[in-house]
Amino acid sequence: MSGKTLYDKLWDEHVVRTEEDGTALLYIDRHLVHEVTSPQAFEGLRLAGRKPWRTDAVLAVPDHNVPTTDRSQGIQDPVSRIQVETLDRNCREFGITEFPMNDIRQGIVHVIGPEEGFTLPGMTVVCGDSHTSTHGAFGALAFGIGTSEVEHVLATQCLIQKKMKNMRVTVRGQVGPGVTAKDIVLAIIGEIGTAGGTGHAIEFAGEAIRALSMEGRMTVCNMAIEAGARAGMIAVDDTTIDYVHGRPWAPKGELWERAVAHWKTLHSDPDAVFDTEVVIEAADIRPQVTWGTSPEMVIPIDGRIPDPADESDAVKADGMRKALEYMGLEPGTPISEVAVDKVFIGSCTNSRIEDLRAAAAVVKGRKVAPGVKLAMVVPGSGLVKQQAEEEGLHEIFLEAGFEWREPGCSMCLAMNADRLEPGERCASTSNRNFEGRQGQGGRTHLVSPAMAAAAAIAGHFVDAREFAEEAAA
Amino acid sequence: MKPFKRVEGLVVPLDRPNVDTDAIIPKQYLKSVKRTGFGPNLFDDWRYLDPGEPGMDHSKRRPNPDFVLNQPRYQGAEILLARENFGCGSSREHAVWALTDYGIRSVIAPSFADIFYNNSFKNGLLPIVLDEQTVDRLFREVEANEGYRLTIDLEAQTLTTPSGEVIPFEVDAFRRYCLLNGLDDIGLTLQHADEIRAYEARRRQEAPWLFEGVE
Repeated sequence: MSGKTLYDKLWDEHVVRTEEDGTALLYIDRHLVHEVTSPQAFEGLRLAGRKPWRTDAVLAVPDHNVPTTDRSQGIQDPVSRIQVETLDRNCREFGITEFPMNDIRQGIVHVIGPEEGFTLPGMTVVCGDSHTSTHGAFGALAFGIGTSEVEHVLATQCLIQKKMKNMRVTVRGQVGPGVTAKDIVLAIIGEIGTAGGTGHAIEFAGEAIRALSMEGRMTVCNMAIEAGARAGMIAVDDTTIDYVHGRPWAPKGELWERAVAHWKTLHSDPDAVFDTEVVIEAADIRPQVTWGTSPEMVIPIDGRIPDPADESDAVKADGMRKALEYMGLEPGTPISEVAVDKVFIGSCTNSRIEDLRAAAAVVKGRKVAPGVKLAMVVPGSGLVKQQAEEEGLHEIFLEAGFEWREPGCSMCLAMNADRLEPGERCASTSNRNFEGRQGQGGRTHLVSPAMAAAAAIAGHFVDAREFAEEAAA
Repeated sequence: MKPFKRVEGLVVPLDRPNVDTDAIIPKQYLKSVKRTGFGPNLFDDWRYLDPGEPGMDHSKRRPNPDFVLNQPRYQGAEILLARENFGCGSSREHAVWALTDYGIRSVIAPSFADIFYNNSFKNGLLPIVLDEQTVDRLFREVEANEGYRLTIDLEAQTLTTPSGEVIPFEVDAFRRYCLLNGLDDIGLTLQHADEIRAYEARRRQEAPWLFEGVE
């Protein structure tokens, strides 16, 4: 018998029972809750007269609707305010711990879980949010669920699941200087496509992945869903354990030693077999920019906008034409000639301290280009913001002409007041370039924090590595 | 949940791949704390020429005459024919609620995104996967024949075309059973409450740190 993959191990440890057709009842260790996908779930519990199975496994935070500007007056949009107040009320009624809007620990649900040590290796972690795959960076089985499943987990601490297939994406060798986790994951999505991982749990492996910090690993796993995989994960190593150590909810003392001993087994066995294997050469990856309306529509910074006429698949070519029209781009244009109106640095993909440091390194001593209407930095949590301010990063951004905001999802999906106007073009460190994602008619180009910062300074897309060289010279 | 047994309905074709849940129901409508009322905003950005916000009278907005759902021949459609990777992106179940609220009972596509696929079954919406050639052919037949209807029989796991052709489809036994009977998942799971408790007791011994929860 062949060995087990990391996913096999995590799955096996959490199966409560299995039906004849392979449908399993899977135990959930951690449940993160936010205001958008939970009200109907709590209402369902109320209507059925059910109580949460285990309140100590649940942590709630408002993040999608919260304003990123001054919060002293509360939320101005009455519809958003009702949704956030509904979360506050539901948490009180059902006895669930919440970090409310003005708590220093408030932030994007996928930033605060790891930051608090609420997410630990070996756990099953769910949230009514597709970017829950982020937490897989810790050697955890983490995936997004719908509202009916949120209610199911609240009521039973379990989910009804079918086992997914195993996929391994190996990034072989080391990336060059200035190539970041975001570039790696965009290159992977460009290679396997936005449905490449559908039906699979993806394990990211290889030297280039091992070399990433936890922040970088979270960026990679975050976008597993953009490759179609509900879950992305990375094996536990010393980087993982060092990050978790001392976090508020991490185990302490003798329990810590026991936990670490187990966590060190959370990797795929050498003889494990994957249903699908993909290998990418790290040395080939350059800084990436998306040009279309799906994350798979991505090119390197020295690339040109592709031509649908060169695409042999008719459905794909038609999709490309629609994307070009929406994006207002012509085939053959070098992406470095495309000017931006707005720059957004933030989101559950890229709003952690390392992301802000990378952007600040590019921005330091420079000014936002006159043609850029708005450049904003939205830290992932109150604690990230605090740390960045201790390091003086906010001053670098403010001096350059960036806005320095309060934590939340912000312009990643534009549920609050932060959004693009029709036709506006944005360099964004978020995860989705779908039509209308950042505001109706808005045009999103996904990039790394360094690339977004460089675009803000230059006024158009540019290789951020040029700025790093200048700074070094 | 409303049981799904047999549906005989008009088919509307949505000919584009990777239709994401942001397109199915844009973010501004996710501010609702209800499960109903999303139908008028299904495919909102494509369906209307003017921008929409929650609380508007959507019947007074300008429909986009080019969008397929607005064409007279597809009014009252209950079956959506779609392309690959339908429902990708955000986990928002609102996307399924918008489809069902509009009156869609089943979506047929060569592939679905995992979370959307899962959410569909929880709401009595049947996602049917057919191979690409068959979907291609159905697109041609629907576009060529006004009033094209399909009969979906979940018990038999078949689709029947107007010419009498029978096309079989696959669906998990457990999901089929729940859908046919309109069963509530939570009630089913709670029948195994003792097993869940036994699992927890074992895990508390093996891995006690997993139960060092939020105070």
